[in-house]
Amino acid sequence: MDDIVAMRRKVMRQGAGLTLFALVAAAGWLKPTSAFAAAWNKSAFDAHSMDETMKALNGPAPATSKDVTFVATPDIAENGAVVPVSVVSALPKTESIAILIEKNPNMLAAVFDIPAGTEASVTTRVKMAQTSNVYALVKADGKYYVASKEIKVTLGGCGG
Amino acid sequence: MTMKRTRAFGAALAFASACAVSLSAMAQASDAAAEIEKYRQALADGNPAELWEARGEAMWHEARGPNKVSFDKCDLGLGAGVVNGAYAQLPRYFADAGQVMDLETRLIHCMTKLQGVSVADAHKTLFGGPGQRSDIEALVAYVTSQSQGVVMNVSLADPAMKKMYAMGEKIFFFRGGPHDFACATCHGEEGKRIRLQDLPDLTHKSGAQKAYTTWPAYRVSQGELRTMQWRLNDCFRQQRFPDLVFGSPASIALTTYLAYNANGAAYAGPALKR
Amino acid sequence: MPDPMKIRANLLGDSTEVKVLMSHEMETGQRKDAQGKIIPAWFIQTVDVTCAGKPVLSAQWGPAVSKNPFLSFKFKGGAKGDKVVVTWVDNRGEKRSDEATIA
Repeated sequence: MDDIVAMRRKVMRQGAGLTLFALVAAAGWLKPTSAFAAAWNKSAFDAHSMDETMKALNGPAPATSKDVTFVATPDIAENGAVVPVSVVSALPKTESIAILIEKNPNMLAAVFDIPAGTEASVTTRVKMAQTSNVYALVKADGKYYVASKEIKVTLGGCGG
Repeated sequence: MTMKRTRAFGAALAFASACAVSLSAMAQASDAAAEIEKYRQALADGNPAELWEARGEAMWHEARGPNKVSFDKCDLGLGAGVVNGAYAQLPRYFADAGQVMDLETRLIHCMTKLQGVSVADAHKTLFGGPGQRSDIEALVAYVTSQSQGVVMNVSLADPAMKKMYAMGEKIFFFRGGPHDFACATCHGEEGKRIRLQDLPDLTHKSGAQKAYTTWPAYRVSQGELRTMQWRLNDCFRQQRFPDLVFGSPASIALTTYLAYNANGAAYAGPALKR
Repeated sequence: MPDPMKIRANLLGDSTEVKVLMSHEMETGQRKDAQGKIIPAWFIQTVDVTCAGKPVLSAQWGPAVSKNPFLSFKFKGGAKGDKVVVTWVDNRGEKRSDEATIA
């Protein structure tokens, strides 16, 4: 576990965004919008570790963007079982917004497809196993962008 | 510097840095408190308790039990079927039952006496959990939601109520169990907390008001809507007291003590807690 | 039959704000029961929202979305009286669809 953490830290510091690059393997989730029963992207939601997501490498690396922001998202969650997260994308032609939680057993929590006419902002509540970085991954005009925020959790939210 | 002055200087320095550390700890604690308040605000809109309220409302109007009677015939103190404002005046003495009842015992009374449900069945699933639903919790959520914004107005005019209040107060201060705890141990003084949870002082108006008007609540850590009977039962468990029997005179007495102490505040439930 | 959702759809200017509260366990599949056995994962996988028949949001969820999920978003082009329909499907194939009228 320590090596993965050390590796994460190293990659983050380098700013290469390699790990996030890998996350965007989940880019495979975006299919042409159909009204109902879009196939659920199992491999994206099953990715357990940075290693696995890196293996599934599939899309351009996301660039950090100040146009992707967390709003009304507290820095501390009293209970990790319910953590309110609101993401707004000011990027034109935003197609999707995804929420990923670094230290969860599976990083990808949710993906929202935004059709034309819908505002590029979503609010939901997610479970966080422990204090962690939360990523907002946005696909806009065919490219990927990311923002992150650390949310501290006083009581982990996945255990019984 | 002489030895003496160095030592004094060292001591002064140590004292100053200790103050700085504790000041920064205090600043951090109040920052944390502010962020947690933000967290609670963010969750206030879209309280899962509303799901219980909707279920309870449907249940309230349904013909139920062997007698096929709906709760529209149930008198919570303001007349049969009158729900608006009823919770703000509970507990109260009910002549038809010959005792003081809180909302939960009154609901059980209506289930058994009006709907013909057996006492055993009425007590079957009092607290919901994985794979099991509590009807009582849904009914409580609905009934209390109809007192939202109503000022707490419990009356001790009836001698039975005075007696219950006195008993509740006595229980509140009664020390027992392996830790020699009383309710008052945690809730009898201003400014106490357990880790990051502030403990309301229930012996004084403002603490009692804040606490009582926010139960029942969707308890995030349980993922369930929890009622006052549950809250008291869980307190007893945390104090390592014997199990507090649902609807027991002790539980009603404590509820009477807390509800009356909360008089004058607008009821704010069902709420949301961690 | 899964429990109904609570949906609010309100017109604010030229935007409709939709807020949905869903009733679902959203079991992660990480927890163990009292006997030590894993409680199987059970969670909403897809959510689709339409307004007057036109898709306004679709989502794919994993079990990390909180129990009794809450969702809020806004879209343009809605009018008072339009029907907003929210449909979810979970990993067991169970489905729930509810609607609300834009107020």
